[in-house]
Amino acid sequence: MRHTAARCATALSVLALVVSAGATRAAAPNSGPPALKAGTFDPPRQAPDFNLLGSNGGALKISSYRGKVVLLAFGYTSCTAVCPITLNTFAVARRKLAAAAADVQVVYITVDPQRDDAARMKKYLGAFDPTFVGGTGTEQQLGAVRKDYGISARKLRAGDSYSYDHSSFTYLIDRSGRIRAMMPYGHSPDDYVHDLTVLLKE
Amino acid sequence: MTRRGALTLSVLAAASVAALAVVGFTPIHSASRDRVFAIPKGTWARRMAGNKVEILPSQIRLTLGVRDILVLRNQDDVPQIFGPTLMMPGQSFRLPFERAAEYTFACTAHASGQMTIVVEPNPTTPWARIRWRLAELASAAR
Repeated sequence: MRHTAARCATALSVLALVVSAGATRAAAPNSGPPALKAGTFDPPRQAPDFNLLGSNGGALKISSYRGKVVLLAFGYTSCTAVCPITLNTFAVARRKLAAAAADVQVVYITVDPQRDDAARMKKYLGAFDPTFVGGTGTEQQLGAVRKDYGISARKLRAGDSYSYDHSSFTYLIDRSGRIRAMMPYGHSPDDYVHDLTVLLKE
Repeated sequence: MTRRGALTLSVLAAASVAALAVVGFTPIHSASRDRVFAIPKGTWARRMAGNKVEILPSQIRLTLGVRDILVLRNQDDVPQIFGPTLMMPGQSFRLPFERAAEYTFACTAHASGQMTIVVEPNPTTPWARIRWRLAELASAAR
């Protein structure tokens, strides 16, 4: 009986050690602190180029912004939930960056070409920051861009009107035109300032 | 109860308390904070053949300070929408979390169209550590 108790006690101790050790085992050897607040791609790929109509009236190509760090987001000007918050976050981040913001370009591509022409996008984006550039085009052009960037956009009808359920994250593209990171919706301006500062210093 | 029986129970009770103390008071340190999911090579071909392939659960639980970095890897030969993002063959995506909260991402791989990531606070109390370790053990056993 005494031996049984001793064995049980030993088993409990071993179990405790196993539970403690097992829970702390390594899942992977590489786990340094992340350099960016956003999710990072490894290896980064070149941002697929496109040729859309810019809100400034000219052609909008992502390749035109080599040398700058680009925040690339997708949405539509009638969006009441996600887009105003994201665009305001970009505007606040740019103001916090002060002079360094000159090398940061926000590019915002519509998922709603039916309503978002270049003039409407210019007016809408200008309310947040006059440097923001919008992109529009045909359904086919915009669909091809969304496919290249893995963006979803689903039209939701509501009576005579409609809205979109669309991807809400933002791509961070470095000065070489590579998609370095993806920032999920909801991050603060300070998180953007942090990551933009890292990318601007490269 | 006999004296021997009482002694046995006492030993077992003491061992249980000691075991719980070890589990509860030993700080949780993890050599890696990554929670890794990978799309294996051949996944696209299996899907095209009509097989249902589930890689990401619809809900992923992470713990701040312990395992709070979601790592996705595309080891297949074709681009894949994996969780919230498009990934090229051979590419990985590493997403850190800094706040305990519930995050919802659009994810076309799931029937609901959504993937939820629950980030729990760092277990700093003994009971929280015991719960966390038992949950990890159960997860590893599955």
